[in-house]
Amino acid sequence: MANLFPNINWMDLIFATGETLYMTLVALVGTLILGTILGLLIYLSAPGNLWDNKVIYSITAGVVNIFRAIPFIILIFLILPLTVFLFGTFRGPTAALPALILGSAPFYGRLVEIALREVDHGVIEAAKAMGAKSSTIIFKVLLKESLPALVSGLTVTAIALIGYTAVAGSIGAGGLGDYAYFYGFTRRNMDIVYICTLLIVIIVFVFQFIGDIVTKKIDKR
Amino acid sequence: MIVIEQLSKIFKTNHQEFKAVDNMSLKIEKGEIFGVIGYSGAGKSTFIRLINRLEEPTSGTVEIEGQNVTGLSKHDLRIKRQEIGMIFQHFNLLWSRTVEENIAFPLEIAGVSKGESAKRVQELIDLVGLTGKEKNYPSQLSGGQKQRVGIARALANNPKVLLCDEATSALDPETTDAILGLLVDINEKLGLTIILITHEMHVIQKICHNVAVMESGRIVEQGSVLDVFSYPKMPVTKKFVEQVMGKPDDELTDDLLLEHISDGHILKLQFVKETANQAIISEVAKKYEVDVNIIQGNIKQTQEGAYGSLYVQMTGELTAVEDALQFIRSTSVDVEVISHG
Repeated sequence: MANLFPNINWMDLIFATGETLYMTLVALVGTLILGTILGLLIYLSAPGNLWDNKVIYSITAGVVNIFRAIPFIILIFLILPLTVFLFGTFRGPTAALPALILGSAPFYGRLVEIALREVDHGVIEAAKAMGAKSSTIIFKVLLKESLPALVSGLTVTAIALIGYTAVAGSIGAGGLGDYAYFYGFTRRNMDIVYICTLLIVIIVFVFQFIGDIVTKKIDKR
Repeated sequence: MIVIEQLSKIFKTNHQEFKAVDNMSLKIEKGEIFGVIGYSGAGKSTFIRLINRLEEPTSGTVEIEGQNVTGLSKHDLRIKRQEIGMIFQHFNLLWSRTVEENIAFPLEIAGVSKGESAKRVQELIDLVGLTGKEKNYPSQLSGGQKQRVGIARALANNPKVLLCDEATSALDPETTDAILGLLVDINEKLGLTIILITHEMHVIQKICHNVAVMESGRIVEQGSVLDVFSYPKMPVTKKFVEQVMGKPDDELTDDLLLEHISDGHILKLQFVKETANQAIISEVAKKYEVDVNIIQGNIKQTQEGAYGSLYVQMTGELTAVEDALQFIRSTSVDVEVISHG
């Protein structure tokens, strides 16, 4: 092992993996909440839908489109002042969270909106005919009926997030990207780059695997 | 009773106005099955949605049991809707819920307690004949079973009115009959008023008491099913009646009859709302010394009895034939002698 990867400090590697998982999971929770809210707002305020409202629709759809248009590496720099204001530094995994969430929530928001659009209009009409409140329609019909699509969307988003954490690593966010870049690439220790790549691929596969199983389990169509 | 007055729905597109429902007025008695028939685009789907305000009327009023639905606030409308069941062409079940969870949904909305809800759900499952399917998901059911879930769900909060939006149009003929049978059953058992819209005349013929024919957003003809069947006035109504009775041309003309059958009397028996004398042929043959030969007939069963006509050839001694005719005339069946042999 030591011959194959001469430059690797195994404790550092484990620590970096932990940081990557920490950033991914916390940012994923933030993305889930913010993205679901954004997706719901776009869907509900769209013409002909439950809260048909041009102003809210234009604003949310506009914000989502703008944030999705900004490349992630640039987004990190753009919100540096916010990060510093919140955490006093822009270094470390926690400081990377705002950028990660702002980068992926609009993406997930779109996926949520697409998933909601797939919900059969007739089912919503049936719920209205039963005298359901808007909140009942949102939580018990819209979100429940689109759950498999929401979960598979979240899987896709999680994998994109793992990639984002590696990008954030290049400006010192910590994690496997950081380790591969500063200890591997800049010092010409390619074995570190290889092992970090391998670990990231494994993490992605695990996320995909879990996502597929959950989607399959809840899909009763 | 449901009173609909001058109900209109106008859809506005960029530069055009489209009157989907145009100044409709109707009275529907409590406990009746009322059918609205029309071709697609006639406005019947919009009409039924105006009743529970899934579509907001442009003008006019809908009154259910003395309460003006069109004047209700959003909150009151939600409560009122719990008294108006609705079933749909494509069932509109929640695929993420089992049969029993689907039926429990309107009870959750109405805030019924868990224990009470479970009891009610079981009653409904038994009522619609889905016992044993409680834990199944909609994807595991046939179309007819899905509609049974739809019906059970619509009945959960003991509604006074059931709206049926093309409820059998997606089903095969056999399943259609079973679902129509179930609707008649619950209409009789629960005294529920049923309003159904359809483009299939046999649905009207089988279960409705009264019918309105819609064309271009208006009611062009209405009355009891038998009256509309017996004396259709408008061309569109005649077309619908032909759907079940066949075209008038399909019946033998008198000339043709005479050409082929030369002996005996040829009689045309007309049945309207007939319930008592459906066995008249065998009765005549037993009572009198005559032979009765059925030439052609077309009899349909409706909610109010049999309707249609029957051509028969009657042979025998003249006095016996006269007596038999006398007897038929004494019943409620109309008889017309087309030829004497």
